[in-house]
Amino acid sequence: MNRISVITATDVTATYKDHLIWKDASFEIKKGQFVGILGPNGAGKTTLFRLLLGLIKPASGVLKILGETPHRGHPRIGYVPQRRPIDSEMTIEALELVRLGISTVWRILPPAGTAKQERAAAMEALRAVDAETLAHQPLGVLSGGELQRVFLAQALVGKPDILLLDEPLANLDIRREINLVQLIRDIVKKQQVTALLIAHDLNPLLPALDTIMYIANKKVVTGKPETIVTSESLSALYGTAVEVLRDSHGRIAILGAEEAAHPHA
Amino acid sequence: MRHAFEAGTIVAIVAGVVGYFVVLRRSSFAAHALSHIGFAGAAGAVLLNLNPLLGLLVFTTGGGIAMAGLGKKAASRDVQIGTVLAFLLGLGVLFISLYKGYATEAYSLLFGEILGISGGDVLITLIVGVIILAATTLLYKPLLFASLDEDVAEAKGLPTGLLGALFMVLVAVTTSIAVQVIGVLLIFALLVTPPAIAERISRRPAQGIAWSIAIALTTTWFGLFISYYLPYPVSFFITSAVFLIYLVTRAVQGLRKRSLPVQE
Repeated sequence: MNRISVITATDVTATYKDHLIWKDASFEIKKGQFVGILGPNGAGKTTLFRLLLGLIKPASGVLKILGETPHRGHPRIGYVPQRRPIDSEMTIEALELVRLGISTVWRILPPAGTAKQERAAAMEALRAVDAETLAHQPLGVLSGGELQRVFLAQALVGKPDILLLDEPLANLDIRREINLVQLIRDIVKKQQVTALLIAHDLNPLLPALDTIMYIANKKVVTGKPETIVTSESLSALYGTAVEVLRDSHGRIAILGAEEAAHPHA
Repeated sequence: MRHAFEAGTIVAIVAGVVGYFVVLRRSSFAAHALSHIGFAGAAGAVLLNLNPLLGLLVFTTGGGIAMAGLGKKAASRDVQIGTVLAFLLGLGVLFISLYKGYATEAYSLLFGEILGISGGDVLITLIVGVIILAATTLLYKPLLFASLDEDVAEAKGLPTGLLGALFMVLVAVTTSIAVQVIGVLLIFALLVTPPAIAERISRRPAQGIAWSIAIALTTTWFGLFISYYLPYPVSFFITSAVFLIYLVTRAVQGLRKRSLPVQE
């Protein structure tokens, strides 16, 4: 199937305060793909999201998202940032947080019925992530997995074409990791959304991904999981011997990558 | 007494609204610090025979802008803010000691003296209060978004840094007018405790703001009313009433939580 490109990067270099993060990245992400972004801490995974959101600019190269140069406030991008835990005393209900994700024109006096419409849209987004029952729960009492569903609903409520999910699996147990990945996979397929998800552990993602982007050693490689997650490919990326092992259940262990990323740790 | 009721009503409404965001942004220490910074300004104004409200406005606004300049995590910079507030409080003490007038000036700054408020002060409070409420209405949705979910708000294109700075100015000006009622040392009673109670009993921001205003207003009126019959300071009655509501709210919520079945 010849799907349209929603993100293209041509020789893009990312820096932070004159410090090189990664360079010469060229890749293409197509509509409806589920992309896992992996790599060691500090490799520049979140930097890629900041570039796509228009919060920073590339040092060089050309980056396009939905045919445009990235800019802040793009209404067709849904974003779930890395989160710190929500204050347990936070009593605002989940529905109100989801409602904030609706991109509306900022009006001092919105037309009558706006609040009702916004609540209905927020409820629909919560329903899409199987979190309808959480709508009127205070944010402070929700578990990590429940909060991630609420954040996902907030990102979906504006009906985005692209979802950027920064470590949504962090602090979840394996069962909840798998459930959330399956949910995102279903949304990608049903709504033809393109999802980019940053994660540390490849295993819960592997059955659901179309594409893997690996960022390490100041380089970015993109491709199908079976071509990227190999000893040869990762050894070439890290510039040192990295071994990819699979157990009888298909689970993967990558040996030598952390040591290569942090040789003095 | 009429002036006291008028000023108290305006301040309670404004503090109820702005205070809700102070609590939501977890910036109560910054708000407390602004009142102390304002004390130095007010004491300086007294020394120069100027209206203390003018000194309060200048110093708290300057302090608010400086805190906003510390960046979006200003609320958590307790050590820096605490160091500056202690210095300015000391400066205020020096100004008061240099002032040759009555010690009641210092007393009213520290603990509030709403019964001595003039018609001119009520007018200034009204004008300032209307400006604060108009600005908060204008900024309501972006400010709510930036307060609850700063990273997503920034990605959505909201100028979160500018919103933070504008909010600190709103807090500064609110603090200035609230000091007349409750004083520098008791500012929490109007700017933090009513919205903190409101936050505990409401799940929607608009409801929370309404509760916050209602609690601030009721306790201020109660304080003024009861002080008419009893020879004790108004601020004592206001702080006591607010504290009592806070205790009762926590107790009722604690009992309710205990009576709920344990979830697996």
